[in-house]
Amino acid sequence: MDRHKTRPAHPVAIRIMHWIGVYAMGCMIFSGWEIYNASPSLPFMFPAWTGLGGWLGGALAWHLSAMWLLFADGIAYLIYGFASGHFRRDLKPPRPAEVGHDLVAALRARLKHRMGHYNAVQRVLYAGIIVVIMLQVMTGLAIWKPVQFGWLAGLFGGYPIARGIHLTGMFCIVAFVLVHVAMVAIHPSTLKSMIVSVPTEKEEAHERPA
Amino acid sequence: MSGQRNKPAVSMAEIRPELARLRRRGFLRNVLSLGSLTMLTGCDLSTHSGIDGALEAIERFDDRVQAALFNPHRLAETYPASAITHPFRFNAYYAEWQVRPVPDNWVLNLSGLVTDRSPWKLPALMALPQQGQITRHICIEGWSQIGQWSGVPLGVFLRRIGADLSARYVYFKCFDGYSTSIDMASALQPQTILALDFEEKPLAPQWGAPLRLRIPTKLGFKSAKNLEAIEVTNKYPGGYWEDQGYDWFAGV
Repeated sequence: MDRHKTRPAHPVAIRIMHWIGVYAMGCMIFSGWEIYNASPSLPFMFPAWTGLGGWLGGALAWHLSAMWLLFADGIAYLIYGFASGHFRRDLKPPRPAEVGHDLVAALRARLKHRMGHYNAVQRVLYAGIIVVIMLQVMTGLAIWKPVQFGWLAGLFGGYPIARGIHLTGMFCIVAFVLVHVAMVAIHPSTLKSMIVSVPTEKEEAHERPA
Repeated sequence: MSGQRNKPAVSMAEIRPELARLRRRGFLRNVLSLGSLTMLTGCDLSTHSGIDGALEAIERFDDRVQAALFNPHRLAETYPASAITHPFRFNAYYAEWQVRPVPDNWVLNLSGLVTDRSPWKLPALMALPQQGQITRHICIEGWSQIGQWSGVPLGVFLRRIGADLSARYVYFKCFDGYSTSIDMASALQPQTILALDFEEKPLAPQWGAPLRLRIPTKLGFKSAKNLEAIEVTNKYPGGYWEDQGYDWFAGV
């Protein structure tokens, strides 16, 4: 009976969807950089060697292929997140005071990482990146079909502004990835937990004085 | 009109290197980059033909999705004259100094599934019903600009020449070496016009003189300039960029 209570830090469904998402998002970002380079709207370009697709036509083919994978993965994740209680259990919106406390503790390297539990800062960032990716899909649809989905493009202020928001969303995702990967580098065991089944750490273990 | 007309037509030798660069078929072959190395992990990097094939298959799937999303009654947004972009950006597969002058004795030739194939001259086109629009031209590269065109609705013209409106494609051939093709549903959308005027003046050579397609429901590269022939066909005609890997439907 007790065995059933020790759930893995990340259920197998989450692990699979995470890595499919990494691949799909990687394709979207690197092909997106190549597309951006065709007509930069800011005074810089991404280094040519970072692009995916080789040229604009190839990059668009990648971008408009990987979008289906990202979309399917995202929908599956949202359904799973609501149906399994993952969102309710793990991404419960924290109180602002909790976020402040955990952020200060994290910056002073005093925040203990407990496998399978998210602190307040993690909950904000993980919920935030889900919202950003959903916005990214919507602005993507708006600039892919600004006439057929004119109402959606209009919602974002028209084609040129929707395109700017789409670029901004990419920067948010890249910033998230940099922080996320840096955190994994600090706690390498979390990488293992996203690959194989690692048991969730018991909450009490840390709350009891040693 | 300006010096454009007096400039020499371009010789193939001048633009060959550029064309060679642009004509990269199999656009993933020999591409080693961070992106492709990362994303193709597990694939054999020496033979990308399988990946190319998969991408092309998904492009065709995307075309079907786009055709399904296309609503023939939905109009592209129109703008007031104050919104027109100045200066308007020139765009073609060559530089602006290479713009071709209009050939002497220009006519528009017709072929394929049409009952009346006699060529058209400009005055006859000008005598057909005209329609103006101020719409956004969206380039596949991402930039966009608002311009003003007027001319003959393509649907009016196709009916006039007795085109088979159940045919699948309308193909446009240009005297600057360019070509493109669109689906019949988009050809009949009321904002799809054979433009004669740009900003209320007859088209200058760099804007596609004497006749161009203007289709605001598709990406800019579909609005072919400098037309010389139109064909109505059921056989997939492709086009200059489409043959190199740009997505064919290219709807917006």
